[in-house]
Amino acid sequence: MQTLTHLQRLEAESIQIMREVVAEAENPVMLYSIGKDSAVMLHLALKAFYPARPPFPLLHVDTTWKFRDMIAFRDDVAAKNGLDLIVHINEDGVKRGIGPFTHGSALHTDVMKTEALKQALNKHKFDVAFGGARRDEEKSRAKERVFSFRTSDHRWDPKNQRPELWRLFNARKNKGESIRVFPLSNWTELDIWQYIHLENIDIVPLYFAAKRPVVERDGVLVMVDDERMPIGPDEVVEERMVRFRTLGCYPLTGGVESEAATLPEIIQEMLLTTTSERQGRVIDHDQAASMEKKKQEGYF
Amino acid sequence: MAHKSELIADDIEAYLKSQEEKSLLRFITCGSVDDGKSTLIGRLLYESKLIFEDQLSALEADSKKMGTQGDKLDFALLVDGLASEREQGITIDVAYRFFSTEKRKFIVADTPGHEQYTRNMATGASTADLAIILIDARKGILTQTRRHSFIVSRLGIENIVLAINKMDLVDYSQQVFSDIDIAYREFARDLGGIEHITAIPMSALEGDNIVDHSANMDWYTGPALLEHLETVGVRDAAQTKPFRMPVQWVNRPNLDFRGFAGYIASGTIEPGDRVKVLPSAKESTVKSIVTMDGDLNEAVAGQSVTLTLEDEIDISRGDIICASGDPAEVANQFETTILWMADEPLYPGRPYLLKIGTATVNATITRPKYRIDVNTLAHEAALELDLNEVGVCNISLDRAIAFDAYDDNRETGGFILIDKITNATVGMGMIHFALRRSSNVHWQALDVDRTTRASIKGQKPVVLWFTGLSGSGKSTIANIVDRKLIAMGAHTMMLDGDNVRHGLNKDLGFTDADRVENIRRVAEVAKLMTDAGLITLVSFISPFRAERRLARELMGEDEFKVVYVDTPIEVAEARDAKGLYKKARAGQIKNFTGIDSPYETPENAAITIDTTTTSPEDAAEQIIEMMVQWGVISR
Repeated sequence: MQTLTHLQRLEAESIQIMREVVAEAENPVMLYSIGKDSAVMLHLALKAFYPARPPFPLLHVDTTWKFRDMIAFRDDVAAKNGLDLIVHINEDGVKRGIGPFTHGSALHTDVMKTEALKQALNKHKFDVAFGGARRDEEKSRAKERVFSFRTSDHRWDPKNQRPELWRLFNARKNKGESIRVFPLSNWTELDIWQYIHLENIDIVPLYFAAKRPVVERDGVLVMVDDERMPIGPDEVVEERMVRFRTLGCYPLTGGVESEAATLPEIIQEMLLTTTSERQGRVIDHDQAASMEKKKQEGYF
Repeated sequence: MAHKSELIADDIEAYLKSQEEKSLLRFITCGSVDDGKSTLIGRLLYESKLIFEDQLSALEADSKKMGTQGDKLDFALLVDGLASEREQGITIDVAYRFFSTEKRKFIVADTPGHEQYTRNMATGASTADLAIILIDARKGILTQTRRHSFIVSRLGIENIVLAINKMDLVDYSQQVFSDIDIAYREFARDLGGIEHITAIPMSALEGDNIVDHSANMDWYTGPALLEHLETVGVRDAAQTKPFRMPVQWVNRPNLDFRGFAGYIASGTIEPGDRVKVLPSAKESTVKSIVTMDGDLNEAVAGQSVTLTLEDEIDISRGDIICASGDPAEVANQFETTILWMADEPLYPGRPYLLKIGTATVNATITRPKYRIDVNTLAHEAALELDLNEVGVCNISLDRAIAFDAYDDNRETGGFILIDKITNATVGMGMIHFALRRSSNVHWQALDVDRTTRASIKGQKPVVLWFTGLSGSGKSTIANIVDRKLIAMGAHTMMLDGDNVRHGLNKDLGFTDADRVENIRRVAEVAKLMTDAGLITLVSFISPFRAERRLARELMGEDEFKVVYVDTPIEVAEARDAKGLYKKARAGQIKNFTGIDSPYETPENAAITIDTTTTSPEDAAEQIIEMMVQWGVISR
């Protein structure tokens, strides 16, 4: 008799979910956001189909404002594992010059992320897309299904979700409709970090504390990642020991001052911290129940 | 996430090591808003120190704005999720919550308790190891307590925590507690299926007996709730059951490797173990248990692995690899309990898709033997099952599958039902046992009629009788219709006048008597095809009304549809694909329809196709559209 640990059980369940998708979908894709959750999701995919390679491409929706370290890491991971990587940029948004500094976080996210994702899914006719969202991230996600059904215009209807019983996922859909699948639904932030530690999974260096050039703006430490960052007359660029708890567009992702330069130190810091993970993200604060609204519109 | 352990600050490596050994417990909370269910879950999250300061300050603000607890924290606000239900003050779906202690990680399925949410409760219960049934100490056992217990027992949850809540409102009375405890155990014994009951008196609002023993209830010597949840035996029992692994996916990266990927539903497996693959019943021996971390010496229930076998046997998704000495059963008819989950009722006879393990098959459900009133548990007669109703029904499948009785194995005995048109999950069910012929003569005799055969195929049988001149385009159009129907998943058969004369009717010539016999045989064959539930396409010049009437009379009016392919003789003759008109004009063929034998235009064609204005593709589409309207097939 062998008692499985919680991480072993979570791993096995996520792998089971991924294999169901590959067995039933026509054209699946994995949405790869380069963050720690994506790193775990990809690691699980490598396990699920071993010795074969994951039988689907990775899709990264590039807003053109990601940290440079993220892009380098992304290309490295794809090359190292021999994976097919699709990078999609909303060219229309680029033409219109949409960016977080000029248009604000809400419009930027809508055009360069939500719209871009829809464009990419339509263009490649992907019928199932893996996403790295977890139910513990946010209240409205607690009720999201593992297999989350989307209408042909990518909308989510929280009132009309399919019941999920046992391990029996219903992956059937009509033409044009799609399914977002979240293999990490039952993982918590702590599970993710523990698993990365246990399995020695590579993550973007930005998660570790290092001296980085930052500007303090409205109480948020914004990293000066490239020359597009406007520096106000009263602002000072300082070298500070910072790390990032979540990764996204650099102007929208606040760093935290930290000395945590190793994984155990990060986990230690997280366990002793007193604010929740999403607080560092600017988009959640836009309006009440904002995640729920964004999700109905097709944001992950 | 401010966990209590001092190790975190002092020795994080040691702490992480200790956390690797944590186990996992999934549980469901059953109860209504009134019972304090959300408060209990909120309290557990709060007590396990999983609430961050920013969330806590939001909670304080929300408690003042919307709370129902005066100045106290309203823990229920922590767990009520979607915007619309936050306003209504009720939980309408299944929400999953996570928290962990030093010993365990917990996944809580938080489901609503009202009768109209029975399906949500069943969803949460399907993956739970344990159920907390909440009772308001002031009210005792209510109808809903019985309903929740019934669902929990039917879904095979063996461990129950009877949470007798709101003890603060009954002066922490031991008498009240033990009266409810005794009454419940009596009820549970009658219900059956529940192995272990732990009754705990508590107040979720005040925090009594949640984490620590309550000073208000000295008389209670059992564990506090969290203590019990941390130590209760989890179902490792799955490992002691016979080996089962439904095959999810066949892994073939190259010609040298062929592995069978799956999640081990029960039992254990080692290289060298003898296995039997069902339903084919072929046997082999496990060669290796492949994972990215290296081959394993043993794998157990709850792991996702890839098996390779010593022999090259044909295995595909949907098969179950079993212990050869103790394999699952194989059958295509079952008695089951079904819980209906859709607004539109379960209609007996209508075909649904049934997914069990990794197999998806066509299923037809008989009229319920009886419906079970979820409140009184009484058996009632029923013609159909409505949303949230539970009934015992027989199911027949279009092919045999491997299975276990649900009571023996949750993973291989539970199934979902899927609507073929909307693709919605409309029901869930649990297999009791396979129906054998001896125990089932009545069913065979009554129900396997032509309607059942057709409904298994998801269609109504019909004969489409294409008539028209030679070269009018009958066969061309019929062939396109046939292809389209097949693409839609319909079951069809094509009978072509010319082809039939090469086989079945090759002894017949072209005398009047032979022509009648020719058409009689074709019509009889078409009738047999409809009895088998098929959509039958007959392409036959059949120029005489009397001939067509003969065919029509063999079948029902609804099942015989004439498609008149209307092509003027000049057009057909101009096409003359087979060169027959030329021969007829030259006198080499006698009695040729349209030349020296008449074509009697049908008087009551269901569809008339003018091929001079309609392309064969469009004609076929029109015909398909009509078939959808007749209810023969669905898109």
